[in-house]
Amino acid sequence: MKPRWTGWTLSAGVLMALNAYAAPPPGGDPFNSPLWSSMQRVVLGGGKVVFDDRVKVTLPERVEDGHFVPVSVDARDVGAVRELILFADYNPIPRALRYQPLHAQPRLSVAMRVNQATPIRAAALDDKGVWHVNGKWLDAPGGGCALPSQTRSTTDWNTLLGRVSGRVWREEDGVLRVRLGIMHPMDTGLVTSVARFNIEQVTLSDASQRPLAKLETDASLAENPLFTLHLNRIATTQLHASSVDNDGNHYRASLPLVP
Amino acid sequence: MPLLLTCLSLCWLACANLALAFELRAQPIAADTWMVEADTGYFTPENGGFLVNTAFIATEEGVVVIGSGPSRRFGEQYRQLIEQTTGKRILEVIITHKHPDHFLGNQAFSDVPIRADATTTAMIRAEGEGLAENLYRLVGDGMRGTEALAPTAPLPLGMRSIGGHRLEFLSVPGHTQSDIAILDHSTGVLFAIDQVFNQRTPTLPNANLANWHNALNTLQALPFKLLVPGHGSVSRDAKPIEATRDYLTWLDTTLQSAAERGLAPTEVMQLPIPARFAQWGEAQAEWRRSIGFRYSQYERAALPWLTPAR
Repeated sequence: MKPRWTGWTLSAGVLMALNAYAAPPPGGDPFNSPLWSSMQRVVLGGGKVVFDDRVKVTLPERVEDGHFVPVSVDARDVGAVRELILFADYNPIPRALRYQPLHAQPRLSVAMRVNQATPIRAAALDDKGVWHVNGKWLDAPGGGCALPSQTRSTTDWNTLLGRVSGRVWREEDGVLRVRLGIMHPMDTGLVTSVARFNIEQVTLSDASQRPLAKLETDASLAENPLFTLHLNRIATTQLHASSVDNDGNHYRASLPLVP
Repeated sequence: MPLLLTCLSLCWLACANLALAFELRAQPIAADTWMVEADTGYFTPENGGFLVNTAFIATEEGVVVIGSGPSRRFGEQYRQLIEQTTGKRILEVIITHKHPDHFLGNQAFSDVPIRADATTTAMIRAEGEGLAENLYRLVGDGMRGTEALAPTAPLPLGMRSIGGHRLEFLSVPGHTQSDIAILDHSTGVLFAIDQVFNQRTPTLPNANLANWHNALNTLQALPFKLLVPGHGSVSRDAKPIEATRDYLTWLDTTLQSAAERGLAPTEVMQLPIPARFAQWGEAQAEWRRSIGFRYSQYERAALPWLTPAR
């Protein structure tokens, strides 16, 4: 005798499938993601949201390894931006980072992890407190957050944990392109027997310790995060990079600036 | 409710019976020698993962089959084609390297020796399922019943006379950690699968560029009359070898200069591909994949350490 719920499940399945193909409401989430309202509440604090193509999100349309998804965000066309948030609806840890470009362009590149195919979105907070959101769909295999990567077990963490690499380039208009890398496993805590262990904050300051850029980072960034930032013109002799992980380890480095 | 269930059941049955049928044509390319030329796209359910050239030589001792294809289903249909075309029994299968679309048809040939060099065999044993994962995900139902069957016999390098054909087996690593090319001295056919790509962008997931350049030099110096690349059509000259070399050089130089300029991976993906490579199959997609596989080595070389090791 067939269980009664089979019919309801099938009908619900058909309805959900149909809903995925239905056009989103005007001004609504272009991905029709069932998690969108949760993202708005949890990741964006329930703030006012507008979907805005001027927030440019660049990423490959598919990856074969969910452990490494390079993403670029550029919200310069929005105008004054107080902060940028990078997140993925279907990641178990949706938020990847929160960026405050204090003396920098609202623009960055970094690699994320994804646990399955998902929208990847960026939200830029303008000076009226409105979030401008845009994103792209990423096709990916499963397990980028919940399965160990190949390099996690082969990296010599005894020597390399916390080691900082970096370089600065002067671009046109005096903008400084900064690439800053910190060796760190960024363990999500979702891999069996491996506790969460990730960098939580990164701050870039000038020679007098004035903060120029601040990042709050989550374990849904790829291991050994490598950030590409763009600082506004500045007259200083060096940059200080300071980061801390959830075990309270500090990793500090300086980048001398050649005039 | 019962009507809905009946409709769905019928749909399922109908779909299950549409087993993927490959359209395989054996193309004669030399005496006793045929090639089955594949499409040059990327893995999809429609193409069943058949994207790499396979070939066979009907010697007097039996047929030497080069590559068994991407799936059990492919291997079975391929074997039928070989037997119909040659009227001979299969002697052995040669696996040139560890990439899954070259060896996952092995189950259809499990009754004959499946030869590969020791390194390739060890890697297939160790990594087999992992290598095949993406193929299963992208191809889907066409992979049904496919399991990784590791090579079962050793592959001696150097010359071997088999049923009237003098075959030379050469070690030409570079595309992966271990790759085999075969020169049939009796017909002049050089099988360079996957060391050479013809009008299809080379794939680099396991590549060692220095070794690959050495391999291409070795191949170019051989006295071949006909070149069978891993992808694309056969060639009477070395142009596909030169083109493969040209691409690998461009890729290396471009990634190096991109890292020196501080570009992020997404920015590198947007760099223009030169016209001579841009019309090759999968030009944009393979460039993107290669950046994923290769760029971080160049980045690390271009970014100085700012702190000492612990």
